[in-house]
Amino acid sequence: MDPAVELSGAELRRGPRTLWSGLDLQVAPGEFIAVLGPNGSGKTTLLQVLLGLLDLSAGSVAIHGSPPRRGNPTVGYVPQQRALDPLTPLRGRDLVGLGLDGHRWGPGLGGRTRRRERVAEALAQVDALEYSDAPVGSLSGGEQQRLRVAQALVGDPSLLLADEPLLSLDLARQRMVVDLVDRRRREHDTAVVFVTHELNPVLPVVDRILYLVEGEFRIGTPDEVMTSENLSELYRTEVEVVRVRDRILVVGAEESPLHHEEPVEAGVR
Amino acid sequence: MTTTLELLQLDFVRDALIAGGVLALLAGLLGPLVVGRGMAFAVHGTSELSFAGGAGALLLFGAGAVGWGALVGAVLVALVFGALGLAAHERDSVIGVLLSFGLGLGVLFQSLYTGRSANKFGLLVGQIVGIDTGDLVSLAVTGLVVVGVLAVTYRPLLFASLDPTMAAARGVPVRLLSIAFAVLLGATTALGVQIVGALLVLSLLITPAAAAARVTASPLVATVLAVVFAEVAVLGGIVLSLAPGLPISPFVAGIAFVIYLVCRVVGSARTRRRASRTVVPSASEATSTSSQSALASQRPRPRS
Ligand SMILES: Nc1ncnc2c1ncn2[C@@H]1O[C@H](COP(=O)(O)OP(=O)(O)O)[C@@H](O)[C@H]1O
Ligand SMILES: [Mg+2]
Repeated sequence: MDPAVELSGAELRRGPRTLWSGLDLQVAPGEFIAVLGPNGSGKTTLLQVLLGLLDLSAGSVAIHGSPPRRGNPTVGYVPQQRALDPLTPLRGRDLVGLGLDGHRWGPGLGGRTRRRERVAEALAQVDALEYSDAPVGSLSGGEQQRLRVAQALVGDPSLLLADEPLLSLDLARQRMVVDLVDRRRREHDTAVVFVTHELNPVLPVVDRILYLVEGEFRIGTPDEVMTSENLSELYRTEVEVVRVRDRILVVGAEESPLHHEEPVEAGVR
Repeated sequence: MTTTLELLQLDFVRDALIAGGVLALLAGLLGPLVVGRGMAFAVHGTSELSFAGGAGALLLFGAGAVGWGALVGAVLVALVFGALGLAAHERDSVIGVLLSFGLGLGVLFQSLYTGRSANKFGLLVGQIVGIDTGDLVSLAVTGLVVVGVLAVTYRPLLFASLDPTMAAARGVPVRLLSIAFAVLLGATTALGVQIVGALLVLSLLITPAAAAARVTASPLVATVLAVVFAEVAVLGGIVLSLAPGLPISPFVAGIAFVIYLVCRVVGSARTRRRASRTVVPSASEATSTSSQSALASQRPRPRS
């Protein structure tokens, strides 16, 4: 079976900057990969390459053995959070429904019942049924985010690309989303590339980590990657990695992605 | 009253009702997308350039060419706006520039026109029923083309209009649809300019859809309501305008405005009701917060 994602010698330049180069990564079906790194390290850009929205500057990339292409029905996507316009004339169930067949031409009159069921299933998975008839613009960031997860899963993807899906969720909802994605990949062998600011919520389920900093990166299991030597090299400063029970804390890297209480948004390039 | 009933028997009145009915159908179908894409100002700009096109055609080729001139003017400028995409800030200033230029050009053409001028300002402020109702065949063709294209593209168009990032990732040709939508909008605007006049096209393309958006968030229901509201405004406006022999447009705009006000009142009453009903969900929210704080006390928050 082809790997869900295969990057070899991948390089991406944006203007004068090289975001990353020499990136070799294979993601097997059912594997859960977390992508970590400070703002601007090219995490979103990596997902855009996998979605076929952006070309590599060098190297090659394949999704299930073929080049990435927009609208690949086997790829589900949770975009980095951008609040929907308050006046968007859609209900939650419409947003999820668009994820299922919004790309199809024609009036779409057949299979309405089946469609309604699939949308309702996806909404139930993220515990969003109770507000699925409210205008999306009236919902909180966390509620919208859960609809986004449902929108990505409703198409039954075999590769899920999620861009900071835990942002603005409380701890209970974070656990719910992580558990949902974890169950999804165990039951359906869906490969997961999960960009996150916070490692700890996904630590119990993650197989490997891709840690990107300023064009440098490390790939491996959490134990292999999350060491003081590795992060000190990546951040080019003294960084200490401490394990406290089942959590990993990073001390010293200002722009550490692990400080979820106070994510550093500004001035990190 | 009797005069209105008598007038309704006349052929040209019937033609006006058909033309108005087709226009209202198209405006109602496109309106929710126009509102969703935030294109109200673009519609206004398109109608002013459609006015310039119509006035130019009247000056150069005579009354028979007005419809074509209006169509060409509207579609050309709509293409420009469509190509500008959804980046709102820049788009608004470009529209403002083109709008004022078009309006000036149209006024110039009208002043230079020396022919029979009973309906000199019809393109700007709307027709008096019975004068130049226009060619029903070209109207029907425009209507069929717009409805046909919408039937095929509606879902991707809605997706691209309301959720462009996701639509692009799902393979929807966002840019192409933006241009296609602009052409449909241009064709509909050109019809509107000939019937209700350039200054009041917005009362059909925006007001009914904005009213519908106040009472529902379902795209399907919003579209049906927008069509109904637009039909009521246009057909009602035509009927009311008959006896006094005034242009249609003040009546159309007036009816649409009243519908909008009613929808706002209904909509805000509903929002209040929904807000008071969420007492129940907020109770379950409370349980999730308490389980969260239980979690937080179990695992001390990391401080570095
Ligand atoms: N459209 C663009 N053109 C040029 N540079 C861009 C563009 N989008 C993002 N960048 C640059 O690419 C870098 C990586 O961005 P991104 O992938 O969004 O980072 P991350 O998701 O890791 O925070 C940023 O420094 C940003 O300035
Ligand atoms: Mg990002």
